[in-house]
Amino acid sequence: MAIDRAQVRHVAHLARLSLSAAEEEKFAIQLSQVLGYIEKLNAVDVTGIEPLAFAGDQDPSQAKAALRDDRALPGLPREEALSGAPQRDAQAFLVPRIIE
Amino acid sequence: MPVADFEPVIGLEVHAQLLTESKIFCGCSTAFGAPPNTQVCPVCLALPGSLPALNRKVVEMAIKAGKALGCKIAERSVFARKNYFYPDLPKGYQISQYELPICLGGTVHVAQPDGSLRGFGLTRIHIEEDAGKNIHGDAASEVDLNRAGTPLIEIVGEPELRSADEATEYLKSLRLTLVYLGINDGNLEEGSFRCDANVSVRRKGTEKFGTRVELKNINSYRFIRQAIEFEIERQVELIESGGTVRLETRLFDHEKGVTRSMRSKEEANDYRYFPEPDLPPLLVSKEWIDSVQLPARLPNQAFSELAASGIPATDARTIIADARLVTLYFDVLAALPAITDEGRKWTANTLCGELSRALNDGTADLAALKCTPAQIARVFALQTGGTISSTAGRTVLAELFATGSEPDAIVTAKGLAQVSDTGALEAIVDAVLAKSPGEVEKYKAGKKNLLGFFVGAAMKELKGKGNPGELNKIFKSKLGD
Amino acid sequence: MDPSSLSLGALSDALARGETSASSALDASLSRIRAHDGEVKAFLRLDEAGARKAALGADERRSRKAPLSPLDGVPVGLKDIFCQRGIETTCGSKILSGWKAPYSATVVERLERAGAVLVGKLNMDEFAMGSSTENSAFGTTHNPWDLTRTPGGSSGGSAAAVAARLVPGTLGTDTGGSIRQPASLVGCVGMKPTYGRVSRFGVIAFASSLDQVGPFAQDVRGCAMLLSAISGRDERDQTSSARAVPDFTSSCARDVRGLRIGVPQEFFGEGLDPEVEKAVRATMARFESLGCTMKPISLPTAPHAIATYYIVATAEASSNLARYDGVRFGHRTKDVGSLVEMYGKTRDEGFGAEVKRRIMLGTYALSAGYYDAYYIRAQKVRALIQRDFLRAFAEVDAVISPTSPTAAFKLGEKLDDPLAMYLNDIYTVPANLAGLPGLSAPAGFTSSGLPIGYQLVGRPWDEETLFALAAAHERTTDFHTRAPALGKA
Repeated sequence: MAIDRAQVRHVAHLARLSLSAAEEEKFAIQLSQVLGYIEKLNAVDVTGIEPLAFAGDQDPSQAKAALRDDRALPGLPREEALSGAPQRDAQAFLVPRIIE
Repeated sequence: MPVADFEPVIGLEVHAQLLTESKIFCGCSTAFGAPPNTQVCPVCLALPGSLPALNRKVVEMAIKAGKALGCKIAERSVFARKNYFYPDLPKGYQISQYELPICLGGTVHVAQPDGSLRGFGLTRIHIEEDAGKNIHGDAASEVDLNRAGTPLIEIVGEPELRSADEATEYLKSLRLTLVYLGINDGNLEEGSFRCDANVSVRRKGTEKFGTRVELKNINSYRFIRQAIEFEIERQVELIESGGTVRLETRLFDHEKGVTRSMRSKEEANDYRYFPEPDLPPLLVSKEWIDSVQLPARLPNQAFSELAASGIPATDARTIIADARLVTLYFDVLAALPAITDEGRKWTANTLCGELSRALNDGTADLAALKCTPAQIARVFALQTGGTISSTAGRTVLAELFATGSEPDAIVTAKGLAQVSDTGALEAIVDAVLAKSPGEVEKYKAGKKNLLGFFVGAAMKELKGKGNPGELNKIFKSKLGD
Repeated sequence: MDPSSLSLGALSDALARGETSASSALDASLSRIRAHDGEVKAFLRLDEAGARKAALGADERRSRKAPLSPLDGVPVGLKDIFCQRGIETTCGSKILSGWKAPYSATVVERLERAGAVLVGKLNMDEFAMGSSTENSAFGTTHNPWDLTRTPGGSSGGSAAAVAARLVPGTLGTDTGGSIRQPASLVGCVGMKPTYGRVSRFGVIAFASSLDQVGPFAQDVRGCAMLLSAISGRDERDQTSSARAVPDFTSSCARDVRGLRIGVPQEFFGEGLDPEVEKAVRATMARFESLGCTMKPISLPTAPHAIATYYIVATAEASSNLARYDGVRFGHRTKDVGSLVEMYGKTRDEGFGAEVKRRIMLGTYALSAGYYDAYYIRAQKVRALIQRDFLRAFAEVDAVISPTSPTAAFKLGEKLDDPLAMYLNDIYTVPANLAGLPGLSAPAGFTSSGLPIGYQLVGRPWDEETLFALAAAHERTTDFHTRAPALGKA
């Protein structure tokens, strides 16, 4: 499965990565190579197999108890919540003006 | 009229915030109106390393909604990530449910003027989290994440609605049910009950659906009606003038009363849904589903019951509009000496008449009613027992709602008891007849409707406290009938 | 006595007997770091003040005969993937450079509650994506046995710090082999527990359904002690299990006679270095002499594990890394135009090449039209891989294989060949896909003196058998006692 520059650009936009032309070029080649390797999965007979997304432990009798109690707890003080922000004002995170 | 040649097809998606104390995936408070970014923590800020921990109450409320709306509750449902970038979405994805939601199917029942119920199908109900809020400024936008992670259920309706009226009625009924269940506060203005509408039109008689447009940003019943009606006309005009409707999202501008295309959505969304790996599948046992209690009567059940006992549909709708009125109605009924159609009608009249007047006047408060259902029922007994007239009954009720005093005490204090003593009444009757020889003659000559004149005159003498039934009887016998 | 010469278990014993103190152990660690980390480059930063305070607290408790746990006073290093309140946490990425976590990971809290002295943060491949620690935005870590070679990755700093005797124990994470492969390449013991054994709360996510936290130590017992301290249900991670946590330390003394060990034919084929194979076969012979039985088995779907992994892991990663958007924390581009530009440039500048490559691959695999062909198919193959193992475990108690097909490779050797780099994880990835526990321990050395590791994979929740086997094997060898010769600084 080869992936071309246009597809790379489309996927990069979905992922919000402004790739340089050189990166687009390189990724088109490398991703095609990796996808070529991944093609081998097509050889596996998966008829009737359920996809496995969660490989963990789940005891149905404990499923309800495992959920969180509805109790309000203190969060972070606002100053601490905003402390890591690249741009902020006294009460909020700031982003470039959003045009809808 | 081109619009008449077309049939609108409308499906509603309702987002209802659940009335939990804490957010869906963390312990932050869900209280409305706090200063920006004061109800946040590593989880709802999506700080690196944080993980969601699902709130049990959210699941319970979703089950409750599903049971009340007749959905099938899935014993296994799966959370999924809906991926897109937006500043009010801190993780870069919304945790929702996609392929396997918690509730499937179901019906929203809408009360009809003839006392029947009409059902509109639901596709599904799923659990998801709300986003934060962007506050748009001139140079920059502020991001407030207090609301991020507030629990929601999304109730997705089938495209079975055919007019803005039907859509409005559907929403009112759904809202009422959720408020009854105590899982949503039904506040459209604050956005805790929100609606998106999918609207398309097709030529009458055709099967195939037209291209649908998704309308967003509608926060009152009036706007919902306006937005849908505007959109129907816009689409019909577009088609009639040879154009085609585009699949798009449009915002309703309530100042101008128009819908307009969202410029930023020039490309088709690709949300890349996949199962949320931070949460195991949601397992809900039969026992858990069974243990979730519904109120004794849901609005549409109460409506049917009221309508079946002969109460006019308008009164029935007034009563079911508030769960507390329904409870009061049935509690008063239970306190009556016997449950009769007369008692039912009297109770409905009392709630829709005297009580609603008192509520409007501010002399009574439904949240803190001063009287008991038994006291209200006592007024009915005093009326039917002949102690007081129905006019006096209204006076007693007004006082009862305002003060909570015992009805018998009110009757005494206000001197409202009727004179039913035959001897006393006969004396008055005699005096009335003696004063009106001409009318007596006309009556005897056949002008029987003068009976009302005699009774009225006697009532005047008695200052309204005569028992009208007794007076009728005595007059008739004295006049030789 | 030089506490830095002691293994984690031996140091714990010495502290209990009062032969040394937490403060001395910390001093020894810090002086080893000063002497040798200039060339190994395992640590990204130290928290000397915090560590000093913790050591004094531990000594005070020891003096009252009230230690919090056997780890009270033991210096421990953390991969820079764990959030630690008030401490810079970068995950090896420029995008998080300078970010101070306002909260601590559950495992960090558990170590603190056990009295461990947290010395500092260790280098790693950016967002745990890599097998050589060369993808760190903050420089490469070097293999203490040969500084021109990789210590493996992504937890290369954690492995190298233990091998160079900078600290007796460290924590890492393992998504496709990121604990076991570096443990193998530097000659220490590393354990990836069963998925759900250890909380992931506060551990910066790479691929949520595969990531697990685990320990590194010179010997098996050290790993067991660390794992005991960090395991168990955490309400903040609903994928963590409520199962009771056994005392892993005591399982190290368990009898292994009669245990059956499966030898998967698929793990001894093409691409396996002959010296590595020889060392692992010698290890199998030692297990036989301990009374274990070797049994040939087949894991027919395992050869598809790498392809499966690079769909599942990258799909999850593409979503997990969406939060690095320059809004609430971390890097934001200076060149802010529109919102879309801010996102794109922030992320292009903040992420390194391998992270971008994987985000691209994962985004592609989830995108409209490709989801079924890639993601769903991969999750089905994953189910088959798990089924292969569970069938095998009907007949054997553990599965043995090499950890990595080769000993440590040269730095730079595979940097521009992603696929060759990915194939390093060929033996380790299946355990992650199936959620199984896996351990790597020393199997010997190559003729040029590079460490070789073997891997044991166990039944779900049966870390105990792996500890028992590895500890029994360790008692028959001296590999774990050999230390690399580092120059004097």
